[in-house]
Amino acid sequence: MTGKRVTFAGTWLAALLIAPQLLLVFTFFYWPAGEALYWSFTLEPPFGGENQWVGWQNFKTVFDDPLYWNSVRISITFALASTALAMGMALLLALFVDRQLPGHKAYRFVYFWPYAVAAPAVGLAFRFIFAPDAGFVSALNQWYPGLWNPARDGIDAVILITLANAWSMIAYNFIFFLAGLQSIPRSLTEAAAMDGSGVLRRMADIQFPLLAPTFFFLVVINLTDSFVNSFGIVDITTAGGPARATDLMVYKIYSDGFKGKDYSLAAAQSLVLMLLVVSLTFIQFRFVERRVHYS
Amino acid sequence: MARHSLSIAALALAATIGAAQAQSPRVKFEYWYGLTGQLGEVMAEHCKRFNEAQTRFEAVCVGQGGYDRAEQNTIAAFRARQHPTIVQIYDAGTVNFMLSQATYNAVQFARDFNMKIDWNDYFPGIRSYYATSKGEMWSFPYNSSTAVMYWNRAEWARIGRTEPPATWEQYEKDMRALKATGSTCAMAFDMDTWQSMEQLSAIHNQPIATMGNGYDGLGAELVINKGLFPRHVANLKKWQDEGLARVQTAQTGKTIVQAFADGSCASMVSSIANHGVIGSTAREGLDWGVAMIPIYEGFTRHNSLVGGASLWVMANKSKEEYEAAAAFLDFVLTPAEVKWMPNVTGYIPITVPAYRQMLDEGFYAQPKFKGREVAMQSLTYTPPTEFTRGIRLGNFTSIRSEVRSELEAIMNGQKTVEVGLNDAVARSNQILRRFEQTFRGRSLP
Repeated sequence: MTGKRVTFAGTWLAALLIAPQLLLVFTFFYWPAGEALYWSFTLEPPFGGENQWVGWQNFKTVFDDPLYWNSVRISITFALASTALAMGMALLLALFVDRQLPGHKAYRFVYFWPYAVAAPAVGLAFRFIFAPDAGFVSALNQWYPGLWNPARDGIDAVILITLANAWSMIAYNFIFFLAGLQSIPRSLTEAAAMDGSGVLRRMADIQFPLLAPTFFFLVVINLTDSFVNSFGIVDITTAGGPARATDLMVYKIYSDGFKGKDYSLAAAQSLVLMLLVVSLTFIQFRFVERRVHYS
Repeated sequence: MARHSLSIAALALAATIGAAQAQSPRVKFEYWYGLTGQLGEVMAEHCKRFNEAQTRFEAVCVGQGGYDRAEQNTIAAFRARQHPTIVQIYDAGTVNFMLSQATYNAVQFARDFNMKIDWNDYFPGIRSYYATSKGEMWSFPYNSSTAVMYWNRAEWARIGRTEPPATWEQYEKDMRALKATGSTCAMAFDMDTWQSMEQLSAIHNQPIATMGNGYDGLGAELVINKGLFPRHVANLKKWQDEGLARVQTAQTGKTIVQAFADGSCASMVSSIANHGVIGSTAREGLDWGVAMIPIYEGFTRHNSLVGGASLWVMANKSKEEYEAAAAFLDFVLTPAEVKWMPNVTGYIPITVPAYRQMLDEGFYAQPKFKGREVAMQSLTYTPPTEFTRGIRLGNFTSIRSEVRSELEAIMNGQKTVEVGLNDAVARSNQILRRFEQTFRGRSLP
């Protein structure tokens, strides 16, 4: 086969041009990931030095620990709940703003702010607002004593971190949904309106289907983010408690690795988390994306 | 004209550079500290005092944003060969540093650089916490504290008592009486094991772990599910359920210190380092005092443990940096500097000569510092024993957090005291075995 191949003559130039980017990816992703892989099969003393090969021992320790599976369960619940909440609320807000309800310009501007707030700050704010003794929500307890106590009740604590995480993700989702909605040609909506379909009907039959790609993208981003970025919120609001009720996988990695200085155990858990996120994303692309039509 | 002023500027610049060069450059060394907030400012101030007191050396002091961060960052920096000469490491990090092969042990360092230090100046309880099992110091004790009981005099006056409870049995009676007069929180407590497990075990001379609380080797096992601790935990649970004691944490809205300072809880056991905090944040007119932690009847009181941090000298630095570091360490140990620390914080004086001077100068008679002497009495109550010299367990931070989680489960009613503490011991022993395996071939000095 001697068909024409379009090639770029300056191979070296091309390599040179992409080198900085590749170097960055290598330095900040492949190298640390490789190091983690090595550590997860050895026992690494904190200050370095003679580490010993232990085979699968670290993984065995992780998987034999019932509390690890507890942590996996909590992480999945947390990721699903906060993704659903963050996307649902964001979609609702975006639809309102897209319909140009009164004040939409101000809202469009303000709704993005929460995303600019760092996770620890979000955690601190939620801890204060939802503190059972002194917080804003403590009024609930005066009305019905003991109803809300994330310091004692594990379910309340999970609700608290889910709300805090969702709150900070809503802003991000909102921008994407709004952009998605605004790129839907007006003529489609107008034609539907002329045919007599109401607001809800137009949402269901025109806007939602056309938003599918955005929706899909956001599900991937939100789930991944809930798995790997939620540590700041947990650290400040609940510190993994009460009685490990909010000990998310990523928080457990932090406490074992950075607080406990057990780098090998943390490395093994990071690999498990990485595989989980990779496979989740893979599943989404393989099975969910099929139902998404991009145009 | 413009050219003229430019050349003047150039001349001025040259003069400045010349002056800077004429003054012999100071030898710099880096010092990392973990404390933050007001205490962090005190650490920075201490460096400034050193830099102003002499002209040969300059301490470059960098706050690391917390004790754990200081340890993490030092480890990372050591691996990258970017570590500081001196680092402030908290009590629980002592084991990691002793086994690290990354430090310059204090006794050797003091000898090599002709420090003026007299090791016997330190209080025995402070010395033993940072010493090896053979009694050799590997780091320089620095900011130190111990736990005491804080009590609200006015509340106790309502039940006709003028003295704080000396025993837990009396404490329980007092709490019931307080409740009868309408108090909703006679005692604030949290799941921090430092007070309830470590200090309580020490004053009762109870072991926390085998092999002399871990001093004699990495093979130690936790034993907190036996002896006095289960009884104390059962009491805390009972008092909580009866409405005598209440859990106060950042998560409930107020920490024990905040709940005591605003008068909503009548007592607590906490670090003497909070003495200054309560003094400055207490509700107006709060009439409070400090006493030694109560003891259970039938036990003989022993010394309490020191808490806080010590200064470690790291390996692989230049001779000049070590000379500067030695000057700094000598400086912070002069009586004037040891005395300065309790004036600006709640920490205790760490050397006997400085403490004597403070007594003579009437430091403890000043209203602002009243009660601070209780910490010294508690810390020096008896000479340190096998179980009151300190705790030396691998990965103690994780053990603390395992015990804390189980205490939470017990207080929430998810587990009984027995099951909870057995689980805590089992999990902690797994941590200890992993630690032992990680450091296979090394042994505690």
